[in-house]
Amino acid sequence: MTADVAPAGLLADATYRRLPSWAPWGFAGGALVLAFLVLLVAATPGVPGVVALGAALYVLSLSITSRIVEGPRRAADRLATTLVTGSFLLALIPLVSLLLLVLTRGSTSFSWAFLTTDMVGIFGDMTDGGIQHAIVGTLMVTLAAAVISVPIGLLTAIYLVEYGRGPLARAITFLVDVMTGIPSIVAGLFAFALFTLIFGPAYRAGVMGAVALALLMTPVVIRSVEEMLRLVPNELREASYALGVPKWLTIVKVVLRTAAAGIVTGVMLAVARVIGETAPLLLTVGLVTQVNWDLFDGRMATLPVFAYRQYEQGGTGIDRAWAAALTLILIVMLLNLVARLVSRWFAPKGAR
Amino acid sequence: MSKRIDVSDLDVFYGDFLAVEGVNMTIDARQATALIGPSGCGKSTFLRTLNRMHEVIPGARVQGKALMDGQDLYGTDVDPVTVRRQIGMVFQRPNPFPTMSISDNVLAGVRLNNRRMSKGDQQDLVEQSLRGANLWNEVKDRLARPGSSLSGGQQQRLCIARAIAVKPQVLLMDEPCSALDPISTLAIEDLIAELKSDYTIVIVTHNMQQAARVSDRTAFFNIAGTGKPGKLIEMDDTATMFSSPREQATEDYISGRFG
Repeated sequence: MTADVAPAGLLADATYRRLPSWAPWGFAGGALVLAFLVLLVAATPGVPGVVALGAALYVLSLSITSRIVEGPRRAADRLATTLVTGSFLLALIPLVSLLLLVLTRGSTSFSWAFLTTDMVGIFGDMTDGGIQHAIVGTLMVTLAAAVISVPIGLLTAIYLVEYGRGPLARAITFLVDVMTGIPSIVAGLFAFALFTLIFGPAYRAGVMGAVALALLMTPVVIRSVEEMLRLVPNELREASYALGVPKWLTIVKVVLRTAAAGIVTGVMLAVARVIGETAPLLLTVGLVTQVNWDLFDGRMATLPVFAYRQYEQGGTGIDRAWAAALTLILIVMLLNLVARLVSRWFAPKGAR
Repeated sequence: MSKRIDVSDLDVFYGDFLAVEGVNMTIDARQATALIGPSGCGKSTFLRTLNRMHEVIPGARVQGKALMDGQDLYGTDVDPVTVRRQIGMVFQRPNPFPTMSISDNVLAGVRLNNRRMSKGDQQDLVEQSLRGANLWNEVKDRLARPGSSLSGGQQQRLCIARAIAVKPQVLLMDEPCSALDPISTLAIEDLIAELKSDYTIVIVTHNMQQAARVSDRTAFFNIAGTGKPGKLIEMDDTATMFSSPREQATEDYISGRFG
């Protein structure tokens, strides 16, 4: 009784063969060992050489074996998979090495005391001192920049998506594109010139830096919010209109609400883009040694400028610079984490 | 709470393109009127002119008259928002608001317009509208779940509940069943039969049997060729239209000889 199993027919193929699922790993290991041995004979083996030669051997051997065993289609698939994965790993190398470097170099000076003291009375080779003033300054300047650029960016994006037609909208889109390419030093010079014209040459305040950063941030906000608003299906707008809801309420309560998660993410990306800017802040807000809570009066310390100056000084300053860089990365990560939580809160609730 | 609509010499344009030409039609209160015809003949366009939804598309405009109980829908002092509160609409694809729960979707007309309403009234309105859309028994235990967690047919009935929750005079339906399976279609058709005792219903459909089943009167639109405007060929009682239409084109279309 073999009624359950159909006889070999059209679907069966005697030539169908697959490499076992562990084949890629096996080949990778084999290629690395082989590369190590070859280099041992030819020269002194180092990690980069072994990995590079191993990767080449892996691609070559796996492609040839796969072509012989599985046929050209599978071989092409394996080659493509290898290239895609390889590119990903290659892109990961600088990122991971940078993070590791900042972590190891930064952790020497990094401590709770470092985060909660400022640089008053610290000079020469003294190892005390901290970055509280720079953390406060960075957060305040960036927050002020966001306060300036988020409303402008949000409203511009709404205009472009919901109202803008014809030459004016095209001109705005073009100018936003141009603005995206402004070098940060130009933004700094602009803010510097603007405040010098209005308040005289001796004026220094955190708000100058905020204006410079806002100039860099606004086009990023416009672009990302515009993309998010365009993703909102037209059907939802029509559904709202059909209920007798005016256009402005539709935009506020349906379009913005539906796109809220994406908008939060976009704004966070824009913040992350400007929080590490050095040049415009160096020009405008300068550096001080103690905490300055007043955005509108006096110089302020910021993490990037602090790191730059400390590194310039050398000695213990280099350790402080790395620790400040680590703090900056931690702040950006923390902000991203908050943005994730917020956008999860706002995200459209899907099925289940 | 239902009204009749009289349309005379109505032309619809998209920019310079004449999409629908010279429609004269009377849509009676408390009846279901079906609009049938081949694709692209302007049924949906015409339907959308009845609550000024076509104005959402840039460049769309209308010439002629459309009266609801004698009031001109296109009068210079008439706000399209007011028109849409009187004449609700259900779309081809179910489109519940993805950020809202089932009960919030029903209350969308109230909530989005910032109207104040007590908790009790809100609950009553939700129940009444969902009962009206034959959905109450299926969703009464999960009103706080997202609207998009429902099946396609349930979502469409949710959209109908949302439309009738603002208590319109007229309900327009643009191929409400074309994205649904036969069972859900049957549920919606039963619902239309109930709703027409309270509302004036205009339904666009590609399904001739559906037009024959649900409507009291049927209007046949046709188009002479691509680039030509769509026209109303004839309109009559549904029974007459499907047994002895006056026009040859209508008979050809209904009997499946073309289209």
